[in-house]
Amino acid sequence: MNRIKESLPAIAVIAVLLAAWWMIVVETRSVIFPTPWQVVTATVELIKDGTLWAHIGASLMRVGVGFSLAVLLAVPLGLWLGWVKGAYSTLNPLFQILRPISPIAWIPIAILWFGVGNASPIYLIFISSVFPMIVQTTAGVHTIERRYLNAAQNFGVSRYTLFRQVVIPAVLPQIIVGMRIGLGVAWLVVVAAEMIALRSGLGYLIIDSRNAGNRYDLVIAGMIIIGLIGLLLDGLMRLLEGLKSVRWRYAH
Amino acid sequence: MRTKIEMQGIRKEFASNGGELQVVENVSLTVGDGEFVAIVGPSGCGKTTLMNMAAGFLQPSAGSILIDGVPRSEPNDKGILISQQGSIFPWLTVQQNLMFGLNDHREANKKGVADHYAAMVGLNGFERSYPHELSGGMLKRAELARAFAVKPEILYMDEPFSALDALTNLRMRNELLRILAEERHTVMLITHDVEEAIHLADRIMVLSPRPTRIQATFNVDLQHPRKLTSPEVQKLRVAILQELGVDRNADFTP
Repeated sequence: MNRIKESLPAIAVIAVLLAAWWMIVVETRSVIFPTPWQVVTATVELIKDGTLWAHIGASLMRVGVGFSLAVLLAVPLGLWLGWVKGAYSTLNPLFQILRPISPIAWIPIAILWFGVGNASPIYLIFISSVFPMIVQTTAGVHTIERRYLNAAQNFGVSRYTLFRQVVIPAVLPQIIVGMRIGLGVAWLVVVAAEMIALRSGLGYLIIDSRNAGNRYDLVIAGMIIIGLIGLLLDGLMRLLEGLKSVRWRYAH
Repeated sequence: MRTKIEMQGIRKEFASNGGELQVVENVSLTVGDGEFVAIVGPSGCGKTTLMNMAAGFLQPSAGSILIDGVPRSEPNDKGILISQQGSIFPWLTVQQNLMFGLNDHREANKKGVADHYAAMVGLNGFERSYPHELSGGMLKRAELARAFAVKPEILYMDEPFSALDALTNLRMRNELLRILAEERHTVMLITHDVEEAIHLADRIMVLSPRPTRIQATFNVDLQHPRKLTSPEVQKLRVAILQELGVDRNADFTP
């Protein structure tokens, strides 16, 4: 009951915006910009002919592969950079230069290297999500409290135990934060990549709807679906934050 | 009594702003096997530095530290340090924490030892709890149990109970005495709480302000359980507080 009460203002704001949108479209008698209802019928149309699922599936597959590859590289690399001082001072400057380059700027090079198939967007997703995850993981290792490392040293455990029971679990909350950021960026990038280089996916749906007859109802339907899926993905990552072994870090 | 810990002419300097900060100045002390020694001193006097050197986390600038006659180098599980902040791993359950330092290939054996020590400190029923689900006093119990589980010869306790409320502090002291009566350990306790030192220790050393040295030593020839309101305890307390430079009149106002 309380949760419903808390979300009431948010729902009210959305309702007001929808109403305003609807009124403005009707008042201005716009022929291109759709009403909310037209967006709904456009969505139903996409669901009926099956293209919506195909586009969502294509986008999610690219994010899934690119993001997974990024996790597989970023977590061990971040742990190594955090633990070994020499590795950090050697590689961190390079990463700090590469990190601020927008993934969109990589698109021409991605097309050059990987063509216009699935490999290009997967590469872009990889490049965009790998850096935040490396940075978070490395920072996680650097912020392990001395007292825990001292305790591990005091009990004279093996290197394997040190990593498995102290270092990795101590950094896990930060890794999860990195994954949330990384997946968020990946989702932003897949849509942008699909708008330029591809023949499927939600980004393609949007750009194709505009090019093929100014179907702005489909454009907006696509945008809303992207937003909702992004929210869902973030929600899934948030579930990880609820794990009992990481809650110590978030609970305040 | 056999000598367990021997510190000879210990000095410690830290580099600070280009200069050198002398923290410990020529401290020599011995702790007998099975003896409980408390070290009291004003805050910031270098007590913790001294303890970290004894436990092997810091190397002295000069002097030698012998444990059982052997020079001490790295920290190891023969001497476990228990600090004020505590170091129970928040990402492991109580049972996993207690099993952490155990070397046994059979998981079941480790669990058995962990559960035995959990029960000893009164944590039975909480083996599967995570530290953030426990109170401050229970965390200290877990910390003690984890240390006792590896059967260390020495416990280095650096203000172990000072973050607890007065009542829990008193309970933990009694708990510690009960366990020490069962399992004999050599204990080096650092505290700024004179009453705690008298309650627990066989011998109390008073440190001077920084750079610290041993200013006075008191033997506590009182049987356990000690009555903290007894005249002997009060007399000793006043004597130690005077060494620490605390005005006795001010101290007696309620």
